Amino acid sequence: MPNVAVTLTPALTRLFPGCPRQLELEAATVRDLLNALDARWPGMRDRLSDSLPRIRPHVNIFVDGERSALETPLKAGAAVFIVTAITGG
Amino acid sequence: MTKTLILLGTRKGAFILESDGTRRDWQLRGPYCDCWPMNHVIADPASGTIYAGGGNEWFGPAVWKSTDLGQSWTHSSEGLKYAEGEEPIKAVWSLAPSARGLYTGVQPAGLFLSRDDGQSWRQMEGLRNHPTRPKWTPGGAGLILHSLIPHPLEAKQIWVGISAVVVLHTADGGESWEMRNRGTRADFNPEDQRYPEFGQCVHCVVMAPGAPDRLYQQNHCGMYRSENAGKEWESIETGLPSSFGFPAAAHPRDRDTLFLVPLNGDIAGRYVPEAKAAVWRTRDAGKHWQALREGLPQKDVFFGVLRQAMATDRHDPAGVYFGTNSGEVYASADEGESWQRVAQHLPAIASVETLLID
Repeated sequence: MPNVAVTLTPALTRLFPGCPRQLELEAATVRDLLNALDARWPGMRDRLSDSLPRIRPHVNIFVDGERSALETPLKAGAAVFIVTAITGG
Repeated sequence: MTKTLILLGTRKGAFILESDGTRRDWQLRGPYCDCWPMNHVIADPASGTIYAGGGNEWFGPAVWKSTDLGQSWTHSSEGLKYAEGEEPIKAVWSLAPSARGLYTGVQPAGLFLSRDDGQSWRQMEGLRNHPTRPKWTPGGAGLILHSLIPHPLEAKQIWVGISAVVVLHTADGGESWEMRNRGTRADFNPEDQRYPEFGQCVHCVVMAPGAPDRLYQQNHCGMYRSENAGKEWESIETGLPSSFGFPAAAHPRDRDTLFLVPLNGDIAGRYVPEAKAAVWRTRDAGKHWQALREGLPQKDVFFGVLRQAMATDRHDPAGVYFGTNSGEVYASADEGESWQRVAQHLPAIASVETLLID
């Protein structure tokens, strides 16, 4: 599977003690990527995607600068940024 | 020495107020749970474990847990989900420990059970499969399962309150559910449809201590008591300044004593009547009501109190507590006779519960 570089928002990593902001993972799709994250930090997939299933509406996952969906394929060396929307009050 | 804890769920995290048995001086701790909006923070009195249920706009619903009185927390939502294609769960709204495990009510309305202390959940599908489910409509806060009352002795009996739909009861552990709305009004319906089978806007249901068949209900349209486990409801609002309000809190030992915070009305601003704060108490199961005002602000008060934001403690005399949607907490150590403000400047308060540690 392709090896990709992942950058996680600190709003997420603070929920999972020991989780780094940046890491490399093997994943062929964004869905695979969330499964790989969940294998390392149980519960992380549910924070980022819901049961519909889809990426949560106020979470964005950018792959090489493009907003992605769960089925978006990943190429070797892709840069993946998982960020939160500007939301709240 | 006895520790007395007030557990607060707020718009921006959980907080804890701590005092001793005298309940005169209080120390505030928090915010906890990473400042997630928390709809209900409770403690299991048997274990002392604190659970906080809510939902975050970014990261969805979860139940947070602390086994050291709030010093450290973990969170989980494993299994707290509906089937693929259904509307996803937005937030946890209610928590209740029981002999069977930790019951958890969510939005959109559904009921889950955790048998491993909040690590994972299984849906009690009988509620979602109720034949009236497609016709359930949400209240102002959404289609939320808020009131959640396990029978204290018979583990298979549970009552739930869902806005703006229904009180439901199961006697078989959640397989089948019976509606318990008879006698409660829906004043917002046309005149000939004021007592429908369901569609009433239940705001809060509590059980009288030591009397599982006696329930009290603050409804959008009236205040009620049932003597037969919710099969029939009788209005007890005569003597109250308003039929509208959200919370109700039962006395820890006296089945005839109940505390309310009526608000001025659903289209009148939803703050305390005449802009003067008062807790209303009955000592005779709703036949008579008394306003309790000593120590509460009596001028220019425009706060409200949400459905889960009032509680009592097990002390004798019992403590009574409420939190406002303006972030203040008021406490009484003498069953409501006198009050003091014990916290202010907090986020809007969604829930108030207590824990005593001997």
